[in-house]
Amino acid sequence: MAVLKTILYLLVYPGILFLFVYSTFVEWFDRKAYARLQNRMGPTHTGKSGILQPVADIVKLMAKEDIVPDAADKKLFSALPIFGLAIVLTAGLLLPVWHIDLAVTSPISFPGDVIVLLYLLSLPTLVLFLAGWSSTNAFSIIGGTRVLTMLFGYEVPLFLSVLSPAVLAGSWRLAEIAAFYRAHPLFILVNILGFGVALVAVQAKLERTPFDIPHAETEIVGGTFTEYSGKKLAFFRLMSDVELVVAAGLLATVFLGGFGGGFVFAFVQFILKTLFIVFLLAALRATTGRMRVDQVVSLAWKWLAPLAVLQLLIVILIKGFVL
Amino acid sequence: MKYNIPIGPQHPALKEPISIRLTVEGEVIQDADLRLGYNHRGVEKLAEEKSWIQNIYLTERICGICSHSHATCFVQGAEKLLEIVPPRRGVYLRYLVSELERIHSHLLWLGVAGHEAGFDTFFMYTWRDREVVMDLLEMISGNRVHYAINTLGGVRRDIDEAMKKKILEGLAVLKTRSEYYFKIGAMEPTFIGRLAGVGRLTKQQAMDYCAVGPMARASGVDRDVRKNDPHDFYNEVEFDVATADTCDVLGRTVVRIKELFESYKICEQILRKLPDGPIAVKAPRKAKPNEVVSRYEAPRGENIHYIISNGSEKPERLKVRAPTLANYPATVEILKHGFIADIPLIFAAIDPCICCAERAVDLIDARSGEQRTLRFSELRRMANERARLSPVQRNVEWPF
Repeated sequence: MAVLKTILYLLVYPGILFLFVYSTFVEWFDRKAYARLQNRMGPTHTGKSGILQPVADIVKLMAKEDIVPDAADKKLFSALPIFGLAIVLTAGLLLPVWHIDLAVTSPISFPGDVIVLLYLLSLPTLVLFLAGWSSTNAFSIIGGTRVLTMLFGYEVPLFLSVLSPAVLAGSWRLAEIAAFYRAHPLFILVNILGFGVALVAVQAKLERTPFDIPHAETEIVGGTFTEYSGKKLAFFRLMSDVELVVAAGLLATVFLGGFGGGFVFAFVQFILKTLFIVFLLAALRATTGRMRVDQVVSLAWKWLAPLAVLQLLIVILIKGFVL
Repeated sequence: MKYNIPIGPQHPALKEPISIRLTVEGEVIQDADLRLGYNHRGVEKLAEEKSWIQNIYLTERICGICSHSHATCFVQGAEKLLEIVPPRRGVYLRYLVSELERIHSHLLWLGVAGHEAGFDTFFMYTWRDREVVMDLLEMISGNRVHYAINTLGGVRRDIDEAMKKKILEGLAVLKTRSEYYFKIGAMEPTFIGRLAGVGRLTKQQAMDYCAVGPMARASGVDRDVRKNDPHDFYNEVEFDVATADTCDVLGRTVVRIKELFESYKICEQILRKLPDGPIAVKAPRKAKPNEVVSRYEAPRGENIHYIISNGSEKPERLKVRAPTLANYPATVEILKHGFIADIPLIFAAIDPCICCAERAVDLIDARSGEQRTLRFSELRRMANERARLSPVQRNVEWPF
């Protein structure tokens, strides 16, 4: 029974099948919200209100010709998309969407899983860098180096801002952090500053405007993805979609009190809270222009990192005097 | 690490083919090389085989955005050669379309600048509002792109009171929208961060490299054909030459937005002062042997047509100098020592209209440097020969 449950967990919910369905839905939601903010229609034709458009895009890409450049490192070039997708799917498993018994530690919920999740979210960045580097295309290499340059900017603020709620909750376990904020909802307000920093850093991690620098089409064509086509590009797109869901789920868990209260209620909360965060990210995307890579690094170290440290300071003071 | 990156002839930032070869070190551009000649159409040769009236519609097709600029520039010159003076109502309507075209071109440019800076929302908004002026132009001339409102000795179509009212309503809408864009252009930090200080062209450089249009005006060079060498009409309306002294892409944006307001002002004055009378006079078929230089301030800068007549019903020679061509030397200079990320913005800031500027092709052997003249049939034979000899492409496999 336990084995069957584990398999269901891996393959159906919240594993591959659920993440695939939900991430395509989130992509549709993001595209639709972005389009409406720009006074456009967004996807309309495939399915009701174009809801199947992301699925259709992936199916179409799967059927396209798959080209590997002659000069590329063929094994690395082909393995990276699958590797990247596997990483983010694994990260998705760690989200405490299933009603988890706090008393039991299991392979998917253990003290320190917040750190593991953060590191699993860092790996796709390296995958993208290697993808750009192994393509041996001038545009891809520039894209790849921009991916890494940005990483040095946003990674520290992201870690600091996500870990400060954990410090306040006194736990490195996602389920316990969420349970703490459900028990003390007022403490959510303490972390608002960190939430803002984390939103911006996640936007940078997901490489969306104003941080879509590694694949800025008007500058370096497709950037890291210039040489990718067909199935491999489809995997990369799916990777970005799942990454969006996982990142939104992470923020919802640590900043918005997670998803508790039984299977159905937890599921509804998960949908609503992640969509709320995705909407905030879409609004940020619609209201800004693309920055330059040097501007991102200076923004991250002049503003995001000090604000994240300030958040940590607030948390420590509150923990010392109030709790 | 130094390497070369090719921008164009095919590149997402370019809507027309041009090749910029850049030597970059990291993100910084060390050297730039501009290559033209991908879009030669032989307009000047064709013009020698068409009559004066046919040539209006040919010159209109030099550009898809400032189509009226080229047609008006040609008509101004042709009217001097044919020794006719268009009636005042005709002139007023002609320059009404000119100013509306400037509005549409600048709104289009604002959108393109937004897109190049990755600010797609700005792009969507400006292009939506551009539809207002496009509809006005369609109402006046019957066409959205190639208005064909000009004819020798005046214009083709008249406007009535109802149209006047609609134009004023449209202008009022555009005015409020432009104020909003001015605010965004001056306030949105990511947008400003991308534009300010990028592509610096000092006043001295602008004059040395003979920059024209908003490019020169953003460097503080007060140069506008409408003021310096105006057609009689522009002495009858009041407007200012918009300039900026920031010498960068932000300045070029500000100049264009300011020019939008000047154009609204001119349009309103035209509609208020519109004289009564005929809209065109009959033009003779032949022009006496003579030559003329016609200048016109297109949205992109000074447009020059040089026309020679030989007494027949066709021009002997038509030489077109599009404003984009005049801005190339300055562009190459300011690309150097910029960031890769700034290339599309710097290049877009001249509002390039590449196929307008393509006047001649030189065939130069890449190895020997030898220059040759070839017939078209010869070129075609060479292309077929090369395709025949090239290795067979790998067959595409159906993935399923």
